[in-house]
Amino acid sequence: MSDVQNQARAVLEGPDIHRALTRIAHEILERTRGAESVVLLGIPTRGATLAQRIAGRIAQFEGIKVPVGAIDITMYRDDLRLRPARPLGRTELPPDGVDGRTVVLVDDVLFSGRTVRAALDALNDVGRPRAVQLATLVDRGHRELPIRADYVGKNLPTSKSEKVKVFLEETDGRDAVVLIKGDDR
Amino acid sequence: MKPHLLSTGDLTRDDALLILDTAEELARVSQRSIKKLPTLRGRTVVNLFFEDSTRTRISFEAAAKRLSADVINFSAKGSSVSKGESLKDTALTLEAMGADAVVIRHSASGAPHRLANWVRGSVVNAGDGTHEHPTQALLDAFSIRRRLGRLDGLKISIVGDVLHSRVARSNVLLLHTLGADVTLVAPPTLLPVAVESWPCQVSYDLDAVLPKSDVVMMLRVQLERMNAAYFPSAREYSRRYGLDRDRFARLHDDAIVMHPGPMNRGMEISAEVADSPRSTIVEQVGNGVTVRMAVLYLLLGGSEPAIGGAE
Repeated sequence: MSDVQNQARAVLEGPDIHRALTRIAHEILERTRGAESVVLLGIPTRGATLAQRIAGRIAQFEGIKVPVGAIDITMYRDDLRLRPARPLGRTELPPDGVDGRTVVLVDDVLFSGRTVRAALDALNDVGRPRAVQLATLVDRGHRELPIRADYVGKNLPTSKSEKVKVFLEETDGRDAVVLIKGDDR
Repeated sequence: MKPHLLSTGDLTRDDALLILDTAEELARVSQRSIKKLPTLRGRTVVNLFFEDSTRTRISFEAAAKRLSADVINFSAKGSSVSKGESLKDTALTLEAMGADAVVIRHSASGAPHRLANWVRGSVVNAGDGTHEHPTQALLDAFSIRRRLGRLDGLKISIVGDVLHSRVARSNVLLLHTLGADVTLVAPPTLLPVAVESWPCQVSYDLDAVLPKSDVVMMLRVQLERMNAAYFPSAREYSRRYGLDRDRFARLHDDAIVMHPGPMNRGMEISAEVADSPRSTIVEQVGNGVTVRMAVLYLLLGGSEPAIGGAE
């Protein structure tokens, strides 16, 4: 663990994450005319936490309660057969569902875009949103699919061998985005 | 690593909890309008049923279909088995058809173990003779946990025809692994020979055990497997080991009643008890699909099985 720490560099600290999420919340409000009929859906686990935080900020700024939920994408992944079956995350949809609404998917790191593709498939099975947008805390590049984010916390140029790890207070006890130098084990 | 589910005894506590937790998430899928998941697309699951079954076969079929697997149903009746084809030849045929998983129900104890040596895919035991029925035990554990919130430390009584019951053995092994305290209650004639070696207690007195139980699981009296007189009469059995209204009243208020089905109403359980809100009999069937989805997902969903352990 300690040698991993040595090669790891924090690229965002708590206050940076705080500011990034605040900006994303403002941008969502701006782009969706006051978050009208918006539903925030986080991709477990950290995306779900981030969605909650963004909803909290929107409530704080405009006093609107935006429905928040989580959508697990494990069963929709395209790389399921490359690894042992993994535990499922929780899907929690707001009571009114997603039909006819603007769904903002929230994830921690945008990389190949495959997670987002899986999320779009999963979303397709739970309803028919009017539009789908994507918010991500970190965009590290290296897309393998024609997918882009509508709201980005930080664009982070990385090499493919590096790893980006997001730590959040709620799940990991601290807020940080860490870049880990790749040694390709 | 052998990717099979043959006995609940092969499951570690972590394996068992992973199945139950996975089932818990999958239960939410059964509530939405599109119940299908794409996870096992392109995989083939063969239901190989040498013995009659309604709920288990349908349940496995529904589970596989909800995960988008292709399902081939095979029942011994009307197949080449009635022409005398052996299990091994049947297995080789399935192998040639490219089955990724074989769900087998057979009247001979140990048949799934034999099959596991002959096919490349996963073998799921859906009941073998009087030996084991792992997915039934898993769905029972799941149903208990959903109703009572936990399994650890619960007092669970399994009552009736333990001798002929594969459900009892699978449940004792699984519930013990999950930290429950299991007591078998049966007349001496309906207990298997080596029952002392099972991780549970044994009692002959239902009335003494009932007030202390959190869960009472009634077993079906398997008249079709009884080739000798195990008890004087059905009435006598029912009087001593049946769960009727009076006995039901002696259970504590939160206790639940279970039955794997099919029931002999009026014999091991009275209709009134079976239909009471504290009976889980109907939800057990629904939970069966969810739990079997979890098992199929964990065995077939990844590059290698996530449960089952090495053999």
